Amino acid sequence: MAEKMELQEVEVWDGNYAAAQALRQAQVDVVAAYPITPSTPIVETYGAFVANGYIDGEYVMVESEHAAMSGCVGAAAAGGRVATATSSQGFALMVEVLYQASGMRLPIVLTVVNRALASPLNVRGDHGDMYLGRDSGWIQLDAFNAQEAYDLTLMAFKIGEDINVRLPVMVHQDGFVTSHTAQNIHPLSDDEAYAFIGDYKPVEEMLDFSKPVTYGAQTEEDWHYEHKAKQHRALMDSTVVIDRVFEAFEKKTGRRYNRLETYMMEDAEVAVLALGSTVETSIVAAKQLREEEGLKVGVIAPRCFRPFPFEELREVLAGVKCVAALDRSCPMGAMGTLYNETCGALATIPAEQRPLVTNFIYGLGGRDFSVEEAKRIMREQKGHADVGHITTHIQQFSGLRGPKLGFFESKRS
Amino acid sequence: MKGVLATDKRGVRELGAEELVGWDEVTHGVVLNSFDLEVENPAFSRPEERPYSDFNSYTATVASWRVIKPVYNRDICIDCQNCWVWCPDTSIISRDKQMLGIDYDHCKGCGVCVEVCPTNPKSLLMFGEAEDPEAALAQWPEKKKKAKK
Repeated sequence: MAEKMELQEVEVWDGNYAAAQALRQAQVDVVAAYPITPSTPIVETYGAFVANGYIDGEYVMVESEHAAMSGCVGAAAAGGRVATATSSQGFALMVEVLYQASGMRLPIVLTVVNRALASPLNVRGDHGDMYLGRDSGWIQLDAFNAQEAYDLTLMAFKIGEDINVRLPVMVHQDGFVTSHTAQNIHPLSDDEAYAFIGDYKPVEEMLDFSKPVTYGAQTEEDWHYEHKAKQHRALMDSTVVIDRVFEAFEKKTGRRYNRLETYMMEDAEVAVLALGSTVETSIVAAKQLREEEGLKVGVIAPRCFRPFPFEELREVLAGVKCVAALDRSCPMGAMGTLYNETCGALATIPAEQRPLVTNFIYGLGGRDFSVEEAKRIMREQKGHADVGHITTHIQQFSGLRGPKLGFFESKRS
Repeated sequence: MKGVLATDKRGVRELGAEELVGWDEVTHGVVLNSFDLEVENPAFSRPEERPYSDFNSYTATVASWRVIKPVYNRDICIDCQNCWVWCPDTSIISRDKQMLGIDYDHCKGCGVCVEVCPTNPKSLLMFGEAEDPEAALAQWPEKKKKAKK
């Protein structure tokens, strides 16, 4: 039996350590891992937990991230609770297998420490890897700080393993800013955490020899489409279970999570929509603007990036005059994803209720996004709101050296 | 060799002839069950005794893929099991170490069995798919004499 770890009521953990502790408390059966900055400490710490007797499960070191996720798929199909961690290039190498895992409905938990994608090579945080995973059929939860990385990693097991979901779940946190910044964490005890998640209940496991099954079947035009549609339906319907798990977690800890987080939106005239550590920066900026300049600014943040909270976003934006969607990933030939999702959500309400929507690309490769820059963007949105149309390019680059870069303008007549 | 037992579902349908159902009825995670029922210790039962499902390749036939086929000559075979070991499609049917014949529902005509057959002449030879087995046996070659040193 695994040793239990005695934890203080308040621990000082960074996001990586918090995620590793959550994996330990979940008593994962198999972790197949290949280290990559900035998520290395998750599997490194987990490996130390294994070596020191805190974990009964297997820890498999493999030769690449493709092999890591492949090992996870095999172990999950065999009937075990499975998890791993990765970032950036490692995530990119996993992509092929990410689709396999979700298609096979294997509830693997992947802790992703967001980092930029090369080229140019860069180890700092942006959301290029998170966005690369957005069509892979995984549930994607986003932590804005280390406490949330811990909480969401625990909840990821309970969500993904629910018999009505049975889908893999990613828990994202920002490279370095969250993963390497030590913060006060309120953990659950080992017993409480495990009791909250519960025992793993295998479904159609390959190690049930009396009922042999084939995983990874080939289906052509006669079957493939129906299977993908069923999978999409399961992902869309997972919102019910996600909400239920968030509620159960609040009852246990007092910490409330929502698929779409909103801050100061009750009376907000303008808003920014963001992911990751930028959310907290934006909250600080919005509070300052409210106090110093009386601007009614709010912040919106998808806790659940996939399935995307379209209905909730539509509801919170009705009545807002201008919203800026901040995308920390270069969309390369298109508008940013958060801009696209926002416009998609808003297209379904009457035109006179729709806010103006702008798009900022920012923070690529770990470029700092400051409170001052957040305030500048918020003031600019207030300017659009006051004149009733977007006075700049719709897509702009924030915090970029050189001449102003922007694309796409409003058509006003 | 269909019907080693009366319940044998070997090759009862063309591959791809399963009933098509809607997205709400397809299996979870594209998982395909081998059997319709649970089977205790399936490793200790013979294929023809197992309740294979319509999604197991055992119940499908791929005979139409083949252009040449192996023909088996019982008179020469020494039951060495080489062909049974090497067949990539488990299409050599053998019981109690005795070769019974070829599963033509799953054999794809690769010829490996002929290649590994050690007898002289061979106990398995490739013939055109349309060749009558009796006619094939009638034209079986004679034993080859060893070349003198």
